[in-house]
Amino acid sequence: MTAYIGTATPRVDGRAKVTGAAKYAGEFNVDGLAYGEVVESTIAKGRIVRIDTSEALRVAGVLDVLTHRNRPRMAATDKAWKDDVAPETGSPFRPLYDDKIMFSGQPIALVLAEEWEIARYAASLVRIEYAAEPHATDLCAQRDAAFVVEKPEKPRGDAAKAYAAADVRHEAEYFIPTEHHNPMELFASTVEWHGGGKLTVYDKTQGVQNVQRYLCGVFDKKSDDVRVLSPFMGGGFGAGLRPQYQVVLATLGALALERSVRLVLTRQQMYGLGYRPATIETLKLGAKAGGTLASLSHEAIAVTSQFEEFARNDTGWGALLYKSANASYVHKVARLDVPTSADMRAPGAATGVYALECAMDELAVALKLDPVELRLRCYSDRDQTEDVPYTSKQLRECYRQGADAFGWDKRNPEPRSMHDGGDLVGWGMATGVWEALQMPMAARIVLTADGHAEVSCAASDIGTGTYTIMAQVAADALGLPIDSIDVKLGDSTLPQAPVEGGSWMAASASHAVVTVAEEIRKELLRLAKKMPDSPLAGAKLADVVLADGKIASRKDAGRAVPIADAMRHGAVDRIEKEKANSFKNDTAHARNTHAAAFAEVKVDEQLGVIRVTRVVSAVAAGRILNLNTARSQIMGGVVWGIGMALHEETAYDHRFGRIMNANIAEYHVPVNADVHDIEVIFVDEPDEIINPLGIKGLGEIGIVGVAAAIANAVYHATGKRVRDLPITLDKLTRAA
Amino acid sequence: MAQGSIARKAPDTIAPPGKLTVTLTVNGVERKLSVAPWTTLLDALRDHLDLTGTKKGCDHGQCGACTVLVDGRRINSCLTLAVMKAGAQVTTIEGLANDGALHPLQQAFIEHDAFQCGYCTPGQICSAAGLIAEGKAKSADEIRELMSGNICRCGAYPNIVAAIQQAMGQMGGKS
Repeated sequence: MTAYIGTATPRVDGRAKVTGAAKYAGEFNVDGLAYGEVVESTIAKGRIVRIDTSEALRVAGVLDVLTHRNRPRMAATDKAWKDDVAPETGSPFRPLYDDKIMFSGQPIALVLAEEWEIARYAASLVRIEYAAEPHATDLCAQRDAAFVVEKPEKPRGDAAKAYAAADVRHEAEYFIPTEHHNPMELFASTVEWHGGGKLTVYDKTQGVQNVQRYLCGVFDKKSDDVRVLSPFMGGGFGAGLRPQYQVVLATLGALALERSVRLVLTRQQMYGLGYRPATIETLKLGAKAGGTLASLSHEAIAVTSQFEEFARNDTGWGALLYKSANASYVHKVARLDVPTSADMRAPGAATGVYALECAMDELAVALKLDPVELRLRCYSDRDQTEDVPYTSKQLRECYRQGADAFGWDKRNPEPRSMHDGGDLVGWGMATGVWEALQMPMAARIVLTADGHAEVSCAASDIGTGTYTIMAQVAADALGLPIDSIDVKLGDSTLPQAPVEGGSWMAASASHAVVTVAEEIRKELLRLAKKMPDSPLAGAKLADVVLADGKIASRKDAGRAVPIADAMRHGAVDRIEKEKANSFKNDTAHARNTHAAAFAEVKVDEQLGVIRVTRVVSAVAAGRILNLNTARSQIMGGVVWGIGMALHEETAYDHRFGRIMNANIAEYHVPVNADVHDIEVIFVDEPDEIINPLGIKGLGEIGIVGVAAAIANAVYHATGKRVRDLPITLDKLTRAA
Repeated sequence: MAQGSIARKAPDTIAPPGKLTVTLTVNGVERKLSVAPWTTLLDALRDHLDLTGTKKGCDHGQCGACTVLVDGRRINSCLTLAVMKAGAQVTTIEGLANDGALHPLQQAFIEHDAFQCGYCTPGQICSAAGLIAEGKAKSADEIRELMSGNICRCGAYPNIVAAIQQAMGQMGGKS
């Protein structure tokens, strides 16, 4: 029954993507489009005293300029503006709502014109007078003003006392700067005006139903009036989990003009959206001389906005992973005059585990212990926080297989001991951990008598491979060739789906497909039993499978009825079923994915240039649905880890509270020349507890630990410990 | 607050630049366009010709998503005004397949899973076609270096290099 699950099936949307046929939000060229352009605030805090739009309005082809003074009505309550994944505490941002400026880059006017270039030119003619107020954008300057946010992690023992009494102690502060997602596709919305207030919205989003509900709330629309579509998304990484302001403004424009409107943000404007918050992480590890942990304390101070409290789990990972009788955590946030921080690939873990795993490396050095050996001595088969077993955990195998593939046993532990020509060579490793989440989700299958099935739900495929894995699971569950399966996604009118994030989509979607496929099987069995002399007359549901276009006895494949015959005999030309998955509320197990990352760097010390020449990532993430898309996910995560370690940083000029590198040339992301050999290993991890297919999800785990492995490799190469990311040549040459 | 409907009728209108007629051969078909001088080749393709396979990722020549072939050479179409290319032969991603048969690069990109979200993919493929025609890149390192103008945020780079190597072998160095 697994002709497709577990294979390297090519992407079912591959042809659309390599031929340019795949349409993204800003590419639906509907009739009568007007084009928008945003004017953003140039100050970080204060009020708008005056907006002079007269010159912009004189440009022929300009249709209107919307500001907080003349915009159509929008909701006045926070409740209406809260989307499915908004932080619980706070008041969500409302574009063009009033005269208040809360961050530099805030949208304050929307120019609408017949052509985009005209809108863009006219936007340059909008004059704004501000009453500026003092602002704060520097986390390090505001760290003392940070306040503790409630986190569910349970402290255990007395970490401070155990630390003081430890044989070997390590304490250090690590820093991760603000990072921006920078998906390749610009945030865009095309709002098609149908008259009578009905709208079709093509939006760049990771959750069409989230955007649909949000727009209905903000604009007081009936659910039937707004349909949101996102068949393809040019990268999300968390940036599109919450509805972004361009969808509000494009809708506002369409309502004001009673006409279809497209709004595409510029790359620069996208730096006014969410971001991974800059975070200061303090680790205190106390060890016994034998190399086990006596205490583990993790404190994080992260950025949030003045108007919402965004915080993720940075500090709980170490005490989950490692045996330590004493553990404590503190998570604080500091309010700055910036947009609200946001989920970005492995939020909390990418940053928190970076600090944790660098600290573990430093502890291994202090203990004169191999870094892998230290982790094995602290290894636990139980979730140390909740004291429950895992549904599955093959991290030990990740260490073993990763180390073997990397050649870790040939590592000389002495820093600066390994060379390649004039370059110093460093080998480092780190652990990765993420949650194996699953969410309520429904799917619909329409099976027609010609042996074709359409599988649909509202989920978005943001490049992760959701179209493909749903087709694979449906093909196996229905016993059909994959070419006979069509998958429809990214439409708010389709069955319920959560936003695509947190690595939960593969497990949730595959389970939904299997669940609804069972309903199809049930109906087919009912039809097959009614046939004269049916070979399945006495069969129960559990006794039959769908395979090779037939409904067949599980034990005796000879007892079978072609699906087409059963449907024809029952005078049914289509069977349509929709059902939601369901998961047991299992508090007796922990559900996590794990990884071990091994990295090689080569450092030209004279120039300070660091190259990541090799990465091996060994991942334990349950059953792998598609070796192709899974490998690409992990590879992408590793590339993100390289960027985090060496390149990525949103740089502020704190005097003005403005981002200095708001573009994709000066905000460095890894390019092809930065990426060399990446080997991905999937460790066998059968899991019969987590869900029927044993699926865990892969979107985040690939990045977690990679930056630490690289930072640890840089230390091994150079003997220099750079704790604030990214490790750039100036920091490396300055470091002691 | 100024109201658009009133101000639009003011006599002192600022006129945007007038339209010019320009003829390009796009994917083998002659196309006559009426565009303003400030319209980039990228926007002309996407908004005037509905050839949205060519992508906009930065509009500043920083990301490579808009790469097309002009007279056989790869260029960033966001840094080129449409009116500058009168008479030019433009090939976009939509023009690479031949009667429905995928170009070797397109096929290799699918086989090597050389993309995830797919947004940089048309630019990567057009850039790779230009690279192969240039004949400069032989080794994986040279491909990496000469494909570094095309950012892939999903991080498919190793697969992109493998796909280009496969297609390069099949095409014998000719684009």
